[in-house]
Amino acid sequence: MHGTRILQEADRLMTVCNSCRYCEGLCAVFPAMEMRRAFSDGDLNYLANLCHSCGACYTDCQFSPPHEFNVNVPKTLAIARAESYAAYAWPRAFSGAFARNGLVISLIAALSVAAFIFGFAAINDPGVLTGIHTGPGAFYRLMPHNAMALLFGAAVLYAIVALAMGVRAFWRDIGEPVGMKTDARSLLQAVRDAGELRYLDGGGVGCFNEDDHPTDRRKLYHHFTFYGFALCFAATCVGTLYHYLLAREAPYAWWDLPVVLGTLGGIGLVVGPIGLLSEKWKRDRVLVDEQAKGMDTAFILMLFLTSITGLALLLWRESAAMGPLLALHLGVVFALFITMPYGKFVHGIYRFVALVRYARERQMMAE
Amino acid sequence: MVDLTRRFDVLVIGGGNAALCAAISARRAGASVLVLEGAPKFYRGGNTRHTRNMRCAHDAATEILTGPYTEEEFWKDLLLVTGGQTDEELAHFMIHESKDILNWIVEQGVRWQPSLGGTLSLGRTNSFFLGGGRAMLNALYHTAEELGVDILYDAEVIDLVIEHGMFLSAQLKQPVGGRTEVRASTLVAAAGGFEANIEWLKQYWGEAADNFLIRGTPYNRGAILKMLLAKGVQEIGDPTQCHAVAIDARAPKFDGGIITRHDSVVFGIVVNKHAERFYDEGEDIWPKRYAIWGRLVAAQPDQIAYIIFDSTVVTSFMPTLFPPIAGATIAELAGKLELDAAALEKTITDFNAAVQPGTFDHTILDDCRTEGITPAKTHWARRIETPPYLAYPVRPGITFTYLGTRVNKQSRMLMKDGKPSANMFAAGEIMAGNVLGKGYAAGIGMTIGSVFGRVAGREAAKNARN
Repeated sequence: MHGTRILQEADRLMTVCNSCRYCEGLCAVFPAMEMRRAFSDGDLNYLANLCHSCGACYTDCQFSPPHEFNVNVPKTLAIARAESYAAYAWPRAFSGAFARNGLVISLIAALSVAAFIFGFAAINDPGVLTGIHTGPGAFYRLMPHNAMALLFGAAVLYAIVALAMGVRAFWRDIGEPVGMKTDARSLLQAVRDAGELRYLDGGGVGCFNEDDHPTDRRKLYHHFTFYGFALCFAATCVGTLYHYLLAREAPYAWWDLPVVLGTLGGIGLVVGPIGLLSEKWKRDRVLVDEQAKGMDTAFILMLFLTSITGLALLLWRESAAMGPLLALHLGVVFALFITMPYGKFVHGIYRFVALVRYARERQMMAE
Repeated sequence: MVDLTRRFDVLVIGGGNAALCAAISARRAGASVLVLEGAPKFYRGGNTRHTRNMRCAHDAATEILTGPYTEEEFWKDLLLVTGGQTDEELAHFMIHESKDILNWIVEQGVRWQPSLGGTLSLGRTNSFFLGGGRAMLNALYHTAEELGVDILYDAEVIDLVIEHGMFLSAQLKQPVGGRTEVRASTLVAAAGGFEANIEWLKQYWGEAADNFLIRGTPYNRGAILKMLLAKGVQEIGDPTQCHAVAIDARAPKFDGGIITRHDSVVFGIVVNKHAERFYDEGEDIWPKRYAIWGRLVAAQPDQIAYIIFDSTVVTSFMPTLFPPIAGATIAELAGKLELDAAALEKTITDFNAAVQPGTFDHTILDDCRTEGITPAKTHWARRIETPPYLAYPVRPGITFTYLGTRVNKQSRMLMKDGKPSANMFAAGEIMAGNVLGKGYAAGIGMTIGSVFGRVAGREAAKNARN
């Protein structure tokens, strides 16, 4: 017996699939399944997080509905995956945030933006919020640099701690000792598999989204999103180094590294989320975990808002709109950080961890 | 919308591997093609849905095949399984053509992969479809659609107009749209066997056929085969011959596919409803023998048998869809299987006593055998003595039938008078009996389908032009 109904169903499906194995060339889930003959809750959560939801196994399955065996692996694992996010949330009291995730994220984002606007107005003299500020340190006339660094540093630190605790819970659940000897080879393999989205390609032809033609562009849009995010993060890091090491204060000129990285990343974070959202819109309902739509959409929109407000700030930073735009941008980014452990962001973390374990299992099998 | 008022160059009846290969090759040769698939879209493709590999000759190892499999070796394997009941000229032709199919089928969008986990013994001879048979079908359908082949689902053909060996038209019946006459210059019949037609099976098997399980869809009813044979096409093959394996008795009546199959026979013993053994479970390596067990079980009373083994071998074969039935003692197991407990205990005691010492190795014909019992178990015989005792109930699972239409090397049907038909071709299971008089070797059904489908399409297109 399993802890939840969806894990019960996942067990039933893995028993069907393990006696068939036609899909083993499509992704990592089925080879991982074949290494087992029975499935614990942890095994199923591991397989659920290993699944990239490419849909190929559904389209290729001779037992998918309307067949009486009713095999729908992508949807079942998607639901199990979403439920696992809530189960690993730290602190446990916040796991409810996953239940109505769209609403929770929207509220936090709105409150965060409001707090920044209100804060800027409250701590500054009247007129500063809508004044024109240019040159080095312009942003810090609205919010002192140290306050900004402290607030965002704390938010990031909190997110990292909460995510690490989640990973710890996941790692334990899938039956791995927490103090596992770090294995560079499997870590490297997982970095490569995640970086390429190796398993989001339907075994080579591409993914399935709206019908049985593998024309899905999710891999491309996901690359835009992920690498856009990475570039934005790099921009922030370079900016921090400039500030503390070179004593060069933002805003920087358009050709300067933080701005170039941020602009490129911002464009990726506009194109990627729009693409992902439109693919999500078209996706065949039979593959979709309807319960998780709010969570998926909220995260995509938060990324989109981060980039669009950042780009707007770049465009209008020398106008009177700079103050409100800065408040908007910082509000969105702050909300993004503190909600990271309680939203779709965690999918990347758990999937990466699942890929590390898969790489280890493969190596152990080969030895 | 498909324009059914026009006259097509080639009409393909059926929707599996053979039909699609025929449609694609005819279209590539410039013909206009209509495919009529009797099943709904989800169940399209008949038995191809459930296949996973194809046996093709090749002279060297490839990315996915571990070593060469020459035409000569393929021919020897075919001779062995059919006991010589094959049309030698056609079989040689098929084996030769199979070499090129390895590449041709990839050009039609099908992708290969190395043999699946648990099927290593086929790694040298058989090429596996990435994603299985339905993935293969999906690829063929996409290619056919892109080439401009017209395809209709739920398209049942209820009559064929044939005069003096010449196809004129087909009567089509659709759920919406009713009856239509479809005209074409040539016909390719690729509509499979009659394994899902229990009434027809009963003509040869009697009431026993009620206990058969059908591994494929309920749509393989043999209607086209019956029409062709009734309208002057020459028949080939023994109507009782078919590809049948032992599948779990708890499987659904239709379409249980591959996952209901049992590969545990060599690890235990098989008894009938009287708890008696009836055949050498260790006669030969399993991939060479799995296909005889359907017929063996069909010959037992009530067409049921039980594979019995103990807890030491549970992980020696692929995990199964249905769990084994377990008993702490032989008597308890017998009770659950509704077998006579004393009879089962005697069978197992006698078997255990007959087991000779040896070194077990399921990958070779090892020296673990029995002495002094009939039938003997000539390899892999080990005592059944470690509880819990386990069992799978099995019934005959019919894959496809061998009764078919006689064809020549052009895949052209031959009429009862021995003359080739003017414009009718056949491919796939509907003509498998030309090559397979009896017996089966894994993956050969798909070879027959692709090779003769491709030839039939090409020849039909040529025929339509003249």
